[in-house]
Amino acid sequence: MTPFSYARAGDTTAATHLGVAAGAKYLGGGTNLVDLMRETIERPDTLVDVTGLSRTIEERGDGSLMIGAAVRNTAVAEHRAVRERYPVLARAILAGASGQIRNMATVGGNILQRTRCLYFYDDAARCNKRTPGAGCDAIDGFNRAHAILGASPTCVATHPSDMCVALAALGAVVHLENATGARTMPLVDLHRLPAGRPEVETLLEPGELITAIELPQLPCAVRSTYRKVRDRASYSFALVSVAAVLDRSDDGMVRDVRLALGGVAHKPWRAFTAEAALRGRPTNEACFRAAAEAELADAAPLRDNGFKIELTRRTIVAVLNELAGEAA
Amino acid sequence: MLITINGRGMEVALDPRTSLLDLLREHLELHGTKKGCDQGACGACTVLADGERILSCMALAVQYEGRSISTVEGLARDGTLHPLQQAFIDHDGFQCGYCTPGQICSAIGMAAEIARGVPSAVTPDLAAITILPTRDELRERMSGNLCRCGAHNGIIDAITEICTTEAAA
Repeated sequence: MTPFSYARAGDTTAATHLGVAAGAKYLGGGTNLVDLMRETIERPDTLVDVTGLSRTIEERGDGSLMIGAAVRNTAVAEHRAVRERYPVLARAILAGASGQIRNMATVGGNILQRTRCLYFYDDAARCNKRTPGAGCDAIDGFNRAHAILGASPTCVATHPSDMCVALAALGAVVHLENATGARTMPLVDLHRLPAGRPEVETLLEPGELITAIELPQLPCAVRSTYRKVRDRASYSFALVSVAAVLDRSDDGMVRDVRLALGGVAHKPWRAFTAEAALRGRPTNEACFRAAAEAELADAAPLRDNGFKIELTRRTIVAVLNELAGEAA
Repeated sequence: MLITINGRGMEVALDPRTSLLDLLREHLELHGTKKGCDQGACGACTVLADGERILSCMALAVQYEGRSISTVEGLARDGTLHPLQQAFIDHDGFQCGYCTPGQICSAIGMAAEIARGVPSAVTPDLAAITILPTRDELRERMSGNLCRCGAHNGIIDAITEICTTEAAA
């Protein structure tokens, strides 16, 4: 680890003033950043500890839920309003990491965690994220875990979060603040696709801090779930995951649907194409399958990850079947 | 900075790079907490921070200023093992013993999570108030602690004994 100075921020204003300095990074639970610092992939000069800020979950009068960025992952998953009104979010968080890590990791840190691409971690390999312009050893390497959607010739890494897949499906809004002001942004817009600049992963401005995540009121999310497919039954990153909300009318049609995919792209992938194909259609397997095929129409396999395309289609269909059965 | 370790307040001066694990092992000579992978994959370094299980290898010690840390050394009382330590012996919950301090600290934190109703990935009903400590629940909740000797069945037996005793108490 390279030397750094450490400061614990007492409030958001103090944090954003410290965080805007070149070489400063915000520190949450440290479950990803500390690891990357130990590997000298991250080399901040200053760590601004923001775990003392915004640690509450507020149920607001308009039916929305405001989750402070420093709330621990366990605290989100065990919150009664999350479990009852947004089960997809509790399920997604509980599918990720281990009990110990969920106790440490914050909501803000989960959103900003870096890819687990093996070549990003291996400083003997070429990686355009680590060293812009260096090249990518994953594209022709062992890329079973890599992206099938939205990748570029410079980067095929995936975003590793489970939580973010549920947030994308729920239409979560990210609250941001820096020394010059505050703004909000839909979570689905926060992360970038790699294009020619895979080292730029989000639209955050320098020094901008995530202060909270807002879950809009979404009554139909009571029927929602998350399914994660991985190499072992627990404590493993997703090969493919699906977050889904299904609102079925009494006559068996799709009134509303929210779908997002994990493990397939550089960002949490909201499946807008599949959603459009499903709205107003019958809740049967043929329609689910057609929607999944439409979403994956542009999927591009690498050497080792072609299986993910059919796996994603099948997982979408399975999750929608489960929710349709539940609603029956 | 001030930090409480196994009930004793300590004043320590640290480079901010020092992990909580290295503070325990290298500075305070508390070698019970083990360094396995040092990257959050094995659980051998699990300790309790204000009763919550965490990975001390991923924790910068400076972040835990003012907090109360419990390690395996702090579990026995007046020469009597913690009931879970005794249960690990009774159920052959280890072979080489390297993962054991992490398993035991993790299981104590996990039992508290079950007691306050935290669901897991295998909890059938998220709305349930009471979580039953079934074998599936315990296996899922302990998945962050690896045992390369393969003592998992004994480990789960030992934890089951404690969880069901506590649930009955």
